[in-house]
Amino acid sequence: MARVLLFGRLSDLAGWRERQVDSPSLSALRARLAADDPALGEALGGRGVQVALDQVIVRGEAFLNAATEVAFLPPMSGG
Amino acid sequence: MIRLTYETFDPGVLLSEFSRGRSEVGAVATFTGLARAEAGSTTILELEAYPGFTEAEIGKIADKARRRFGLDDLMILHRAGQIPAGEPVVFVATAARHRRAAFEACDFLMDYLKSQAPFWKKEHGRDGARWIEPHERDHADLARWDAERPDPKYPDKEIST
Repeated sequence: MARVLLFGRLSDLAGWRERQVDSPSLSALRARLAADDPALGEALGGRGVQVALDQVIVRGEAFLNAATEVAFLPPMSGG
Repeated sequence: MIRLTYETFDPGVLLSEFSRGRSEVGAVATFTGLARAEAGSTTILELEAYPGFTEAEIGKIADKARRRFGLDDLMILHRAGQIPAGEPVVFVATAARHRRAAFEACDFLMDYLKSQAPFWKKEHGRDGARWIEPHERDHADLARWDAERPDPKYPDKEIST
């Protein structure tokens, strides 16, 4: 099971912030989330949205194992 | 020192602590960012962080500044949670042998924090709430530093933490 975290506008859009999802890969996870909520699925693939696996930014496809935390990060802005 | 806090803080106290006992440094520069009311339309600024990841990413920005400007030390305190207008959001202090490096490192750190630090910002006001994403201006500010090339004015120096 992957612990999925949504940040910023993504969690407002989805109506949840954290969820356990069983998926073998990042692409399978995206498909699963999009099937449940097409608007969220589209937003997760939107411009500037990055993915962190266990707090490390990844690009493209990745396998997910039992301990994996997957975070979807919209464009960031501090200060 | 890099720290994330959910409480308000006093920039003056931080500056005193940061400056204490530095007989060789010569220059300390600071920047304090305050939550802006936007002519009364914003009452609360909410910053969401990703604890652990947020501090680690700020650490990478800090390392860039240390190398580029040959800093003796730096401090970044960043607030998260609900911040009323007028309260401090971020405090940056830099210590160097000479003032130019200290000033420019503060500027550099703020440009990077504005567009690369993992925070998500929501303004709450009389017209409801809205998420704020980095502006074009923030990206242009960052581009000024020509990201990966160290400034020849400040030769590389061992990183000290």
